[in-house]
Amino acid sequence: MADTAITVEDARKTYGTEHALDGLDLHVTWGTVHAVLGPNGAGKTTLVRTLSTLLRPDGGRIEVAGHDVLTEARAVRRRIGLLGQYAALDEQLDGRQNLEMFARLHHLGARHARVRAAELLDRFDLTGTGRTPVARYSGGMRRRLDLAASLITDPEVLFLDEPTTGLDPRGRAEVWAAVRSLVGGGTTVLLTTQYLEEADQLAHRIAFVDHGRVVTDGTPDELKTLTGGDRIDVVLRDAGQLGAAVALLPVTGVSVDTDRRLLSAPVADRMSALSGVVRALEAAGIEAADVALRRPTLDEVFLHLTGDENRVKEAA
Amino acid sequence: MTPYVLTDSWTMTRRELAHWARQPGQVLVGLVFPVMLLLMFGYLIGGGRGVTGDYVDYLVPGMFALTMAFGLEGTMLNVTQDLTRGVIDRFRSLPMTNGAVLVGRSAADMLQSAVGLALMTGVAYALGWRAHGGPGAFLGAVGLLLLLRFAMLWVGIHLALIAGRPEMVQAVQILIWPVGFLSNVLATPDAMPDWLGTAVQWNPLSQTATAVRDLLGSQGGEPGHLWAAVAWPLGLLAVFFPLAVGRFARLGR
Ligand SMILES: Nc1ncnc2c1ncn2[C@@H]1O[C@H](COP(=O)(O)OP(=O)(O)OP(=O)(O)O)[C@@H](O)[C@H]1O
Ligand SMILES: [Mg+2]
Repeated sequence: MADTAITVEDARKTYGTEHALDGLDLHVTWGTVHAVLGPNGAGKTTLVRTLSTLLRPDGGRIEVAGHDVLTEARAVRRRIGLLGQYAALDEQLDGRQNLEMFARLHHLGARHARVRAAELLDRFDLTGTGRTPVARYSGGMRRRLDLAASLITDPEVLFLDEPTTGLDPRGRAEVWAAVRSLVGGGTTVLLTTQYLEEADQLAHRIAFVDHGRVVTDGTPDELKTLTGGDRIDVVLRDAGQLGAAVALLPVTGVSVDTDRRLLSAPVADRMSALSGVVRALEAAGIEAADVALRRPTLDEVFLHLTGDENRVKEAA
Repeated sequence: MTPYVLTDSWTMTRRELAHWARQPGQVLVGLVFPVMLLLMFGYLIGGGRGVTGDYVDYLVPGMFALTMAFGLEGTMLNVTQDLTRGVIDRFRSLPMTNGAVLVGRSAADMLQSAVGLALMTGVAYALGWRAHGGPGAFLGAVGLLLLLRFAMLWVGIHLALIAGRPEMVQAVQILIWPVGFLSNVLATPDAMPDWLGTAVQWNPLSQTATAVRDLLGSQGGEPGHLWAAVAWPLGLLAVFFPLAVGRFARLGR
């Protein structure tokens, strides 16, 4: 068995002048969840479609479960499950018909296919949908059926392209639970998302992708350290004193959020920064509602790495 | 090729049949439309140019052939619709036989055409039309018609894979009507200007119609067209079948 579940080296895909994949490198270890995080148009879907043999790359070496996606597409297809960004279901048929059809196409045989379809309907709480065609499903039901369809053969490698986009919090929690239980059973998962929290919650490693390349790749903790370690947040009672506070605090690189009456700055030494800030505020008679040390959020990492503050603010 | 060619194709055919069960109205309209055309040309518009004798006797085999050729539209529409639907991605990510999707499509379309042919024959009989010649000749005629349908089916699949989107089918629909009528299905080429008559005679549709008329002992039948009625569709198949299968396998590249 290959060392890594997914190997991507110098992957390229160009649409006209648009470099959807521009020399992308990625290595995913067996049995882990690897999140691919990036803004709209970063190339996430292009990557997933290339990995799942739907799209032919222009160049690069791409292997899934030890098989080349170009020359051994069928071997790859036997080992993967795919939950695409958009539902890949037959809208005219009902849930059971969909799952039985896909199971037969996985060559489970008629009887086994029926049993498997029933199991999955039950597991994803879709047994009550009866003969209703998928066209009349809600978005959440459709997503669950799509996920069920991608799990018919307990795939070795599972691709999830923005699995929770458009789901309510309960639907999101269900998908997360499903992913965790799959990984518990040894499945390797590559998951794309625009939600930093999702990557933080689920992934062993996170690759930031922008403009068709991996900007950085590491564990959530490593990435948070990248922006300069810990931060101190100071919330004032009076927004009018923000300016004065910035001038006298013993830290540099302060960012100001007027709406939340918040000052935030990276710190090198946690304890001396904390006591220094508290003393400076007391001496100046500025009243603080809250002073706290914390790790940076992935939002800040994202902002730091893409160097595009506006995009993150719009998303927030 | 895999050992699963047949089971995969059967699974995909079942899918199409399940669609019929979901939308019987749509299937019915598809079946009734050619019958309507037959009635319209036979009785409303009436009388083909250059046809002497019983026009319905001349028209019925021609309408059979025309229906087989126009089946191309339905095939194209179905294929393009499938292409724009997400489910095609799921099929392409499964370890199923390449092209089973297309085989399912063609099996369902052939079945629908066979049923349509039976329906039209029944209506024609009710109108007093009769097939002369023995059962062997009748089966031969049915075989020629379905062969034409099969060839047009793969032409349709290939064009649909090129067009990609259902809107593009309209362009083909606009083109197929003149091609359909530039044949001897409604009128004999004798009544047309020379250059048009030549084009009409070369139309594969005319070859099938003439051969079928001959086999059924209808007006306008001429011996000696059998080979062309077989060769034309086989020729089209030889070109378009591999093109369509190859193009489907290369989707996304
Ligand atoms: N079929 C296509 N034709 C032309 N350009 C395309 C096509 N597919 C993708 N692109 C372009 O490639 C780039 C990457 O697109 P991709 O869909 O992979 O991004 P993404 O990260 O999945 O975005 P999103 O978060 O919006 O889903 C974009 O600039 C997009 O416009
Ligand atoms: Mg995407």
